[in-house]
Amino acid sequence: MTTQPKLTAACPVPKNDYDKILLSHGGGGTMMHKLINDVFLQSFGTGDLNTQHDSTVVDISGARLALTTDSFVIKPLFFPGGDIGSLAVHGTINDLAMSGARPLYLTASFILEEGFPIQELKRITDSMQKAADACHVQIVTGDTKVVEKGKGDSVFVNTTGVGILEHAQNICPKRIRPNDKILINGDIGRHGMAVMAQREGLEFDTEIKSDSAPLADLVINLLNEGLEPHCLRDLTRGGLASALNEMAAAAGVMISLKEADIPVTEDVKAACEMLGFDPLYVANEGRLVVVVPDHQADKALCVMRSHAQGKGAMIIGQVKEADSPMVLMQNQIGATRVVDMLSGEQLPRIC
Amino acid sequence: MKYLDEYRDAEAVRKLAKEIGQITTRPWTIMEICGGQTHAIVKFGIDQLLPKNLTLVHGPGCPVCVTPLEMIDKALALAARPNVIFCSFGDMLRVPGSQGDLFSVKANGGQVKVVYSPLDAVKIAEKNPDKEIVFFAVGFETTAPANAMAVYEAKLRNIRNFSVLVSHVLVPPAMEAILSSPDNRVQGFLAAGHVCTVMGLTEYLPIAQKHKVPIVATGFEPVDILQGLDMCIRQLEEGRTQVENQYARSVRTDGNKAAQQLIQKIFQISARKWRGIGEIPQSGLELTQEYVDYDAEKKFKITDISAQESTECIAGQVLRGIKKPGECPVFGTKCTPETPLGAPMVSSEGACAAYYRYRRYN
Repeated sequence: MTTQPKLTAACPVPKNDYDKILLSHGGGGTMMHKLINDVFLQSFGTGDLNTQHDSTVVDISGARLALTTDSFVIKPLFFPGGDIGSLAVHGTINDLAMSGARPLYLTASFILEEGFPIQELKRITDSMQKAADACHVQIVTGDTKVVEKGKGDSVFVNTTGVGILEHAQNICPKRIRPNDKILINGDIGRHGMAVMAQREGLEFDTEIKSDSAPLADLVINLLNEGLEPHCLRDLTRGGLASALNEMAAAAGVMISLKEADIPVTEDVKAACEMLGFDPLYVANEGRLVVVVPDHQADKALCVMRSHAQGKGAMIIGQVKEADSPMVLMQNQIGATRVVDMLSGEQLPRIC
Repeated sequence: MKYLDEYRDAEAVRKLAKEIGQITTRPWTIMEICGGQTHAIVKFGIDQLLPKNLTLVHGPGCPVCVTPLEMIDKALALAARPNVIFCSFGDMLRVPGSQGDLFSVKANGGQVKVVYSPLDAVKIAEKNPDKEIVFFAVGFETTAPANAMAVYEAKLRNIRNFSVLVSHVLVPPAMEAILSSPDNRVQGFLAAGHVCTVMGLTEYLPIAQKHKVPIVATGFEPVDILQGLDMCIRQLEEGRTQVENQYARSVRTDGNKAAQQLIQKIFQISARKWRGIGEIPQSGLELTQEYVDYDAEKKFKITDISAQESTECIAGQVLRGIKKPGECPVFGTKCTPETPLGAPMVSSEGACAAYYRYRRYN
């Protein structure tokens, strides 16, 4: 090279805000939180709206009921380890369970696109009933709407759930205290990678199966054994990292993790490495974190491991006092880093 | 996992870090070229294990970071066309152009698709003969062979509704530019292992000789990076300036000949603008005359789109290793991944994003 350019510092003008909904607004990260704060809380935030927990507990004539609702828009509809139907039942049951409730009733609403095969719809509803039966939950009311072809994506399912609290405990993020231990019921990232592999036609040596599963029974076992979890949180979009960040922010604490203790299967690890994803941010549908007082951690671990949905349970970290809420993780080589909340979705990287 | 666990082994890491501490007698400044290496260093906290008199600075090897603003604007203009399906690697979608990003174009009805391989874009072209498919061909020598293969396949199969928006850059000219800069502080390089896997080592020999710097082709895991540093520091301490290969499990001296031949068939060397750095002569690739019909800029006549980059952030100095992200006055306050002022904050491989994500507690 003969001529060298003069190197000057330069940088683009920012793109600060979006005035339309992006897919990232649904990714479970900071963009979704901004949307909730700027739009939904502005309008709805005057009553009992609870945006910090998976379900809300209301007192009706002395009965403590948990309420929650969730919509399911997954593509593909059928994937290894589950389908949109079982997911719609498990997802809502799990949100109720995070308040420590025994799920009782579900509603089921369908938005169907013109041209959607009825046979596939039947497959979905059968799967929902099977999942509900397994959890001793009844689907008691529903709704059907059909939209023109091209105005919906084959089928969207909404389920709303009601459960009853059979104990006096108040399980919510605000009750998290320094020294509490953080437990998880098994390996992370399987649901997200199973769906992605199916959707994108990625082929791996072994088929990754979704972890989709109901968690209410596991939670009720914990409560029946006399444990007093300060907080429960099921890990869905945004994965373990987003859930822990939300909890740290709500409780004003620091959460300290040990990477070596967080279970990830080899096939999920490999798929994530290939795509440049971090399993900490990948979606789950059958995983929860349990925050218990330090002295109850060993017993909680034992109870979880004795349940079918908690065989791979681990203690993964501890709560500490902090000036600003944060999640930190010590890696295998002993260095510590921040586990941040994602802004939107994880994007596969270039190389 | 094989090829991974043994390169993240805590005992091996501690041993190497100790060894580096023992052999380092003077202060040295070493640049890792690739954004993937930068992320590994910050994510795994490798720099926390190193002696105080060793400074690591982060290089320009982040394709998202160095793709110039006007190229993003061209991508946005193409993606907004009603008849175009714009295909891109995922992490280009959030990079801000002069106005908006590809996510915004998508929200406004543009067809933007994330692909995992450029050949997927060719398949999309085949399936949608009534649409124009444009693939955003960005990256260094690493992505060039696959992008070249997509163009080659499209021509071979006479797929006419496929074209590429090319913004390919090359590593050695950027190293030249960094070393020739009057305020350069880099004394040795960890070269990007994957770039070297494609191109081999020989093109680094003249740079090492002319500028008297050691260059070590290095991998991306903690043990790789520490071994690379160890080799580089030994050279500096002994006064040697050679090209060495730490990443021998992937890099051959001659590189991947088949990949190189494909690149040469489809692309030719050209001047390229680098975001935050400016134009560097002979620092990129453009399509050869034989494949010029697949050039999206010419096909859609958008060669005249240009953009002026603002001088607000210090991205250029970060990309050249003159400053670290934390030295920027707006780092972590005005400039965050949600509201990036500079490309290094956008990309998953950008140095600023790495420091923001993993180091904020410092």
